[in-house]
Amino acid sequence: MKRVYVNEEWCLGCHLCEYWCVFSASKETHFPFAFDGGAKPPAGIRVEDYKGINFAVNCRHCEDPLCLKGCISGALSRDESGAVCVDKTKCVGCHTCIAMCPYGAIVSGGDNMPIKKCQLCASRDHVPQCVAHCPNNAIVFEEE
Amino acid sequence: MIDYIQPDYEVVRNKDLCIKCKVCVRQCANEVHQYDEKRDVLYADNSKCVNCHRCVTLCPAKALKIVKTDHCFKPSANYTTEIIKDIYRQADTGGVLLSSMGTPKDYPVYWDKMLINASQVTNPSIDPLREPMEIKTFLGRKPETVKYREDGSIEVEKFPNLELKTPIMFSAMSYGSISKNAHLSLARAAEQLGIFYNTGEGGLHEDLYKYSLNTIVQVASGRFGVHEDYLNAGQAIEIKIGQGAKPGIGGHLPGKKIGPEVSRTRMIPMGTDAISPAPHHDIYSIEDLRQLVFSLKEATNYKKPIIVKIAAVHNIAAIASGIARSGADIIAIDGIRGGTGAAPSRIRDNVGMPIELALAAVDTRLRDEGIRNNVGLVVAGSIRSSADVVKAIALGADAVYIGTPALLALGCHLCRSCHAGKCNWGIATQNPELVRRLNPDIGYKRLVNLVNAWSHEIMEMMGGMGINSIEALRGNRLMLRGIGLSEKELEILGIKHAGE
Amino acid sequence: MDEIERMVNEVDEKYREGNVRIPSGCAICGYFSKKGRALPAIDAVDAMAYMHDRSNGLGGGFAGYGIYPDFPDHYAFHIFYDNEHAREETESFLKIRFDISNMERIPTKKVYGISGAPLIWRYFGRLEPEVKAHTELDEEEYVCQTVIHINTKIKGAYVFSSGKNMGVFKGVGFPEDVGEYYRLGDYKGYCWTAHGRYPTNTPGWWGGAHPFNILNYTIVHNGEISSYDANRRFMEIYGYKCTLLTDTEVITYIIDYLNRKRKLKLEDVAKVIAPPFWSQIEKMEEKEREKLTTLRNMYASLLITGPFSIILGYTGGMMALNDRLKLRSMVAAEKDDVTYVASEECAIRSICPNPDRTWSPAGGEPVIVELEKEGR
Repeated sequence: MKRVYVNEEWCLGCHLCEYWCVFSASKETHFPFAFDGGAKPPAGIRVEDYKGINFAVNCRHCEDPLCLKGCISGALSRDESGAVCVDKTKCVGCHTCIAMCPYGAIVSGGDNMPIKKCQLCASRDHVPQCVAHCPNNAIVFEEE
Repeated sequence: MIDYIQPDYEVVRNKDLCIKCKVCVRQCANEVHQYDEKRDVLYADNSKCVNCHRCVTLCPAKALKIVKTDHCFKPSANYTTEIIKDIYRQADTGGVLLSSMGTPKDYPVYWDKMLINASQVTNPSIDPLREPMEIKTFLGRKPETVKYREDGSIEVEKFPNLELKTPIMFSAMSYGSISKNAHLSLARAAEQLGIFYNTGEGGLHEDLYKYSLNTIVQVASGRFGVHEDYLNAGQAIEIKIGQGAKPGIGGHLPGKKIGPEVSRTRMIPMGTDAISPAPHHDIYSIEDLRQLVFSLKEATNYKKPIIVKIAAVHNIAAIASGIARSGADIIAIDGIRGGTGAAPSRIRDNVGMPIELALAAVDTRLRDEGIRNNVGLVVAGSIRSSADVVKAIALGADAVYIGTPALLALGCHLCRSCHAGKCNWGIATQNPELVRRLNPDIGYKRLVNLVNAWSHEIMEMMGGMGINSIEALRGNRLMLRGIGLSEKELEILGIKHAGE
Repeated sequence: MDEIERMVNEVDEKYREGNVRIPSGCAICGYFSKKGRALPAIDAVDAMAYMHDRSNGLGGGFAGYGIYPDFPDHYAFHIFYDNEHAREETESFLKIRFDISNMERIPTKKVYGISGAPLIWRYFGRLEPEVKAHTELDEEEYVCQTVIHINTKIKGAYVFSSGKNMGVFKGVGFPEDVGEYYRLGDYKGYCWTAHGRYPTNTPGWWGGAHPFNILNYTIVHNGEISSYDANRRFMEIYGYKCTLLTDTEVITYIIDYLNRKRKLKLEDVAKVIAPPFWSQIEKMEEKEREKLTTLRNMYASLLITGPFSIILGYTGGMMALNDRLKLRSMVAAEKDDVTYVASEECAIRSICPNPDRTWSPAGGEPVIVELEKEGR
């Protein structure tokens, strides 16, 4: 399965991927509109900065996803591409998945609000926007 | 103290578009963009802006632009804004003004005053999509005579030549003035393109020795990083006498660009300014050059061509003639519009001459003296497009060096601040945070694209002229016509005026 | 033509060969007897008539080899003069250098369609032993320089043929008319080449017609080469002065330089002028590859691009060659001991209706025929 990988050698810590991720999830066509309602990263990808090392973290779409096992409402499932996706109408914001994810790749959407996570840009024809807009090829979308 | 200097540029932020992602803050090494957390507001310090477009290019909301300030002095055609500011700057510091890249002054660009021919009726143009179109080029001395052996095979005196798949090379840019990632991009592109990149005068980083087959190593007056392995690491050795952007002086690498790796490669202490002597102190005359040429040949077993690179100066034709008789295999000439990582502004902007005139004068002179075939001729100093390449070859060059276009391909936006060492594009800097911004995987592909695109265009123009081999274009000045040039300019260029 | 006629026919000097570069299309033909049999010149005239439409009446000419058996070791100078003054000056220049055994007006005949002829003279001479002893040049080079001197320094004189036991006959007009004008029916030789010209300039100068000659080399050429200035500027390094600005002139010099001065075999000369493509060279076996790479590199500026078909005549041989893309038509044929080459097959069949074999030589592949050993 193709996944999003990050090469920390080339990650600049510019955080652009986070913003493109928010835009991608918003389904807006004009970039700034995605942020009208006060939306802020992180969502599906998060850049960690530590002493000059930058590294973007996102969902591994594990073979045997713990988040999916722990989901109490049946909101998490795999789509046809293999991506672990969340059904926002079912998610009750219990945060069990956040607690279970070993990578810290799931983000709270607020109390009792649906969680946010990488869905491999299912809404953008599966063209991950973080990859498409990384200025330094630090993020790639490929088979392992 | 009063700061007399007002900013040249203004950062304009469209608040309707800005989403406050702060990528501009994070990416500007000059610290132009600031974020005030308490007020949740982004603002800019225009005085630090060099107009490099890093923020503009990366802004995902397209909310930024940089404009030239309309703040002005009382207009004067004589005391222009630039001149007034330079005077303030020197009154502030007492120093020599430094600048980078090619001169911005509007000296005539003769490339733009020459037009290329095409075939109509009396002979056919050739279609490069359907017929072979050859641009392979050999650089170096040519033998004149052939002897037949008994079996019909031929025997000629062998001279080392460089073989180029296209008549374009990357000109000398030293490690130190540009980053390792920039060097790596150039080396990998040269390898893929079947051409050469040039180490410049800063030695060769050990990681780049593997690109030996596509490397030209340079020996300049500072002799930085020169040792036996280095001399043998390339396919040719270039003796740098001068550079178009700063004829008459040596290279200058500010100490702040000399970190541990540059220091090791150049074999000089960290943090010290690396200032090459103005002349080579073993070359005070032409016969001394001959000795250096032959000592380098000795050191490399006569297997590598020796290039002598000179800046275009008034007496260029005679100087080139002397070099052609010195044992050098290739002469490289750099014109006044050539780039640099750092040069005194007054020298960059006032010393030398345009490469077009120098090339024409040298090619004519070498032919008049019957020694044109002793040397290959490479020109540099603002070759901006494939059309410039075609015109240079038609005037008599064998190949060209490109520097600035290669840097532009790597992301350079010609802000002309290389000497500050804070290149936001990761090119003219040694700051690891900034160097990382140039990923050679991207860089080399963009260079390959650029040179391939030019090569295609060269072939198209050759085909139009009815020429299917680059050697038939070389020195074919009948394929050029001047436009808006004086009799004297036409005479020097050796071309006719359009309509003649 | 006297001064009065000259005023009527005055060619606009501005557009003469040498003052302006003139592209032209053409018809060419040539034939050669390997046994050295004396073939009639009139066949060439007839063959050219068949290709009438390839010329436009602004130039035609012929070259014959083995035509002066009475003077086999004399240089035969054919010279155009604009006036008597030029003739006197040239003759006094020649006489101190050459022992002239015979001099005469070349016999001509009035022909409809030929006008504006200059004075046309020929001289048979040998280099004075005294001159030969004192010059630093070898004999051929000396003769060559003599011709260049007359053509560039003596106003109104133009040497258009200077080889031994061979001669060029050319003028302004259709080739068949030029042939009749020179009474070519009276000449025979083992090789003839012919040329009909279609220049794009209006006037037409006798010296500008083809074949072009230097020493024993003659060239007839069809095409316009786009490498002209690259070739010219290379040749000028070696002292050749391309005064006519024509393709034929520079091609002749290239062949003279490579074959006579550099002693390159003619088949290798062809490989310099019209080399195989690099992609072809790379596939050759090593020895050939190395040889062609070396030749292409060392004589790079002598590569000729653009369309051409040429026939080179030289003592004892003839070579026909097309550009490497074969952008000009050229057909060859054989019948017994005679090899024919022409722009069009009809021209060959007009004088040799049933050849043993005809073929279309590939671009860059020379057709070379030489006299059989005993025939020399």
